[in-house]
Order: sequence, then C-alpha cells, then structure tokens
Amino acid sequence: MPTPAALDATFQALADPTRRAILARLAQGEASVMELAEPFAMSQPAISKHLKVLENAGLISRGRDAQRRPCKLEAAPLAEATGWLIEYRKFWEKQFGQLDDLLDELKRLEAMAGKNN
Amino acid sequence: MGFGGPLTVTTPDDTQIVITRQFDAPRHLVFACYTQPALIRRWLNGAEGWVMTVCEFDARVGGKYRYEWKAPSGYVMGMGGVVREIEPVERLVSAEVFDDDWTGGETVSTLIFDEESGRTTLVNTLNYSSKEARDGALATPMADGMEFGFSKLDAVLTELKVQE
Repeated sequence: MPTPAALDATFQALADPTRRAILARLAQGEASVMELAEPFAMSQPAISKHLKVLENAGLISRGRDAQRRPCKLEAAPLAEATGWLIEYRKFWEKQFGQLDDLLDELKRLEAMAGKNN
Repeated sequence: MGFGGPLTVTTPDDTQIVITRQFDAPRHLVFACYTQPALIRRWLNGAEGWVMTVCEFDARVGGKYRYEWKAPSGYVMGMGGVVREIEPVERLVSAEVFDDDWTGGETVSTLIFDEESGRTTLVNTLNYSSKEARDGALATPMADGMEFGFSKLDAVLTELKVQE
C-alpha cells in the first residue's frame, strides 16, 4: 500500500494540466525534453521544472543517455493512486474465494472416500 | 463456504509481485487445484463476466500450459507457459507469457505450498523481466476487467481535467 505522503506527491504532481498533458504524451512512449516542450508554449527550463516534480513523485524516470535523457512514464505510483493494485488484489480475492469453495468440496469427497475404505 | 485466510499482495522490489493466501485444506488438494485442468477451470475463471475457454496444463518438467479467457465484449485474453520445476504438493515453478505481452517478456512464477495443521499457506512469487513489465502486469485487463491498462489512466486524467 502506498504511504499517504507518496499518494500526496502523486496527486500533487497530477494537479497541474501541463504535467497531466506530459503524462498523457508519455503514455504513448518515451520522449526527450525537447519533444515534450514542443506542443507547449513554454521554455525548456519551464518544462524541466515540471519534469522534476513528476520525477520526484516517481511518475516518470529519466534515461541515462546524457544528451537526450528521455522521459518515461512509470506506471506503479499511478497504479497505486488509481487503484490498479486494489483491482489486482480484488481479482485474486474473487479467484481464491472460488478456490476455497472447490477445496471444501474436495475435502468432503476425500472424507467420504475415507469412510469407504 | 470456504474459510481461507486473508490475501496479501505486495511488491517487495521493482520486478516482483508476491501473492500470499491461506487455505483451509491440506496442500495436496491446493496443489491439485493448480495442476489439474479439470480443477483449474473451476476456480481460475477470470474477472467478473469473463469465461475461461481454454485450460490445459501438462504437470511435468517441460510440460506446457495454456489458458484463454473471453471477456463479455468478445476480447480473448490468452497466456501460456512451460513448467520448469515441479515437486508434487510442495513447489511449482513455471515461466509464462501473455499473448498480448504487456508484461514485456517472460514472467517466472514460483508457487510454494506450505502445510500446517491441515491448512495450506500459498506463496506465489512472480518475477518479471523488468520494472516496466511488473507495472504492466498490475494494469492488465485481467486485473481491472478493462481491455487496455492505460485507458484507466486516460479516464483518471480526463476526470481530473473535468474537475478543473
């Protein structure tokens, strides 16, 4: 489970329209700062500031390539903030609930078979 | 009615998901439910409204398995794998790949079945090929019943936009 502080950082980062637009762009694939700055009427330093906020929130990561340092979307904090992890858990809860019922049935069958021996 | 213990799902490091669950049954039964197709299809039948249409499992080293599920929309999700290690009732290691490969390559699943006083603790450790793969798995259609993980992100982003 994410900590409240981590969730705060995620939501704070998401609270800005430019940063959301950056994330929407990165959902389609990684991009350099220059590529990200293009659709916005903003300087590269201004975009870099937004990227820093997103990076600190763990929502994006930067590549090692010193020249380009491509930005990449990180799904995990979003998964936690948007409930993907909860959904994943819910999915397994449902499956295991069914497995519980099946195991009960198998135990009864075994007990019956035991009595016949 | 079953009496299973609580389920925990953790992400102990960047490339793992660990699922732990207790079952009120001895491990030979839990193991059977993981390795016999006739039993697997009775419980691993997918998200709400999904139907398991293919269920094959060849429980021996090198044996293949294959599962397919059909969503209410008609979308078919499939996955397959190979059994790498099998120690009956105790341990099962397999390598699996989803057809749509949103998990970016092979995932190694290790299942440990521990029994105590007739109860089984199951620990399923999933090792993904990368952090991206692990994150992708958390956002699979299976997990959220949607057909494309990022559609959820889009929905959240749209919602936030509307609230502005």
